[in-house]
Amino acid sequence: MEKAFFSGAYSTSLRRVLVGGFFMLVMLAWQLGVQWFEVSPLVFPGPVAVLRSVYTGVASGEYWLHLGVTLHEILAGFALGAGAGFLLGVAIGQSRLLETVLYPYVVAFQTMPKVAIAPLFVVWFGFGVASKIVITATIVFFPVLANTIVGLRSAPRDQVDLMTACTASRWQVLWMVRFPHALPFVFAGLDIGIVLAVIGAIVGEFVGAQAGLGYLILQRNFSMDTAGVFAILIVLSLIGIGLHALVKVLARKVTFWAESFAETAGA
Amino acid sequence: MSSNTLFLAADAPLAAHAAAAASPRGAAAFGFDGIHKTYRSTDGQAVTALQDVSFHAAPGEFLTVVGPSGCGKSTLLRILAGIAQATSGTVSVGGKPSTGPSREIGVVFQAPVLLPWRTVLENTLVPAQVQRRDMAVARRRALDYLSMVGLKGFEGKYPRELSGGMQQRVGIARALVNDPGLLLMDEPFGALDAMTRETMNLELLRIKAQSGATVMLVTHSIPEAVFLGDRVVVMSPRPGRVTQIVQVDLPAQRTLDMINTDAFGAYVSGIRGNLNASGGLD
Repeated sequence: MEKAFFSGAYSTSLRRVLVGGFFMLVMLAWQLGVQWFEVSPLVFPGPVAVLRSVYTGVASGEYWLHLGVTLHEILAGFALGAGAGFLLGVAIGQSRLLETVLYPYVVAFQTMPKVAIAPLFVVWFGFGVASKIVITATIVFFPVLANTIVGLRSAPRDQVDLMTACTASRWQVLWMVRFPHALPFVFAGLDIGIVLAVIGAIVGEFVGAQAGLGYLILQRNFSMDTAGVFAILIVLSLIGIGLHALVKVLARKVTFWAESFAETAGA
Repeated sequence: MSSNTLFLAADAPLAAHAAAAASPRGAAAFGFDGIHKTYRSTDGQAVTALQDVSFHAAPGEFLTVVGPSGCGKSTLLRILAGIAQATSGTVSVGGKPSTGPSREIGVVFQAPVLLPWRTVLENTLVPAQVQRRDMAVARRRALDYLSMVGLKGFEGKYPRELSGGMQQRVGIARALVNDPGLLLMDEPFGALDAMTRETMNLELLRIKAQSGATVMLVTHSIPEAVFLGDRVVVMSPRPGRVTQIVQVDLPAQRTLDMINTDAFGAYVSGIRGNLNASGGLD
């Protein structure tokens, strides 16, 4: 019995009970702990206060504007960065010359902390969404680029030989073998990218913004509304989970032949 | 494994296929003249893989190349297919010198080499698509060849849903889809179990008779080489040289019973003796 409890595979329903039960336990401990030790809600609010803040945020409509702005930044930045990363990845994956000439700059740029460049982008692109989109794009860019290159380069030798023996041109090899072979890799890059995109947008808003969930966090932090900050953290993490799940579903649909994806870590 | 029973079902579409096979562009002769191949190993040593290999095949001939592992027979096939370059010497296909891949040639590799994102039918159509052939015609032909290799009903499946033997048969249908004048096979049944392999060999002879193509098949099995070949090219261990070319005078209609005849045994032991003499068998 004990053995099965620790090592066995659980049925789905038992799993749900375990996960849900443990979650309730943690919430209960949190709430009781805060009350027992009389922690000031200004320092560390209990889950009840946080949930109340989430509720009022949603019900009063206060979140919607900021949520819309941040989602816009995340999605536009993601699209821009992923698109650029993919296109440059295809170019570099096809040409050793481009790789030799361009890749050092790409790596140098990647080693630069994006948070450090963020203030510059605000100077160049203003306090509106544009600067956040650009910051997000620069963060999403690299994982998509790197994965695209690896995917295109790792096409099995014998598949390429088969194409060559059929008199395929270089473009036909790219289009019919390398590109589909690279897709699971590209999706692994997109999966990392989408999680990073959330960070990118918030970092951008921290540096200087007029709206957005990151902006709201700063505002509430200044006014000592700690429960309000916690509430936004929950919303942000829900956004991250949702987008990540969306990419996973898309990946499974598009690259149905790939057995399993190398589980990729987020940020 | 359902491979054997599947072949029984393949007899019906033969008549239907005859129409498609009646229009090949004609078998293509090929030849090697003074082929040398050297390459640098990872430690910088020059390794001679092939040394002065010369032989020719007439149009429609079934030529088997037999030799120990590492004798360069696969390299020879890759050179003929245009996916490897000889260091020196000339290759000809259809009477013309050949310098690269040719539309005349269909290749079956050791592994099935199917594209996992394409269905069986889509995989079979790859050469037709690459060479921008009439896709309606190619599609009809692909379906014919698929049913001929016993894969009727599997056209819409993906490679991972098929057994190894079935995947390899998709590879054969794919090699045939453009009705090539020359079919190259690199130990096509090496990964299959003995039973399936025998059935596949019989099937291959039937396909060959239908399509009329010239065939070069590389194997390390002497009985297989004798069973399939009109002539058997025997190669020595590295550096690969041709030590003997054996004309096999068995009835053109080969049957599995033939394997137990004295004549068949004599060919096999003759070739084995030759390989032994060149140090090919330890």
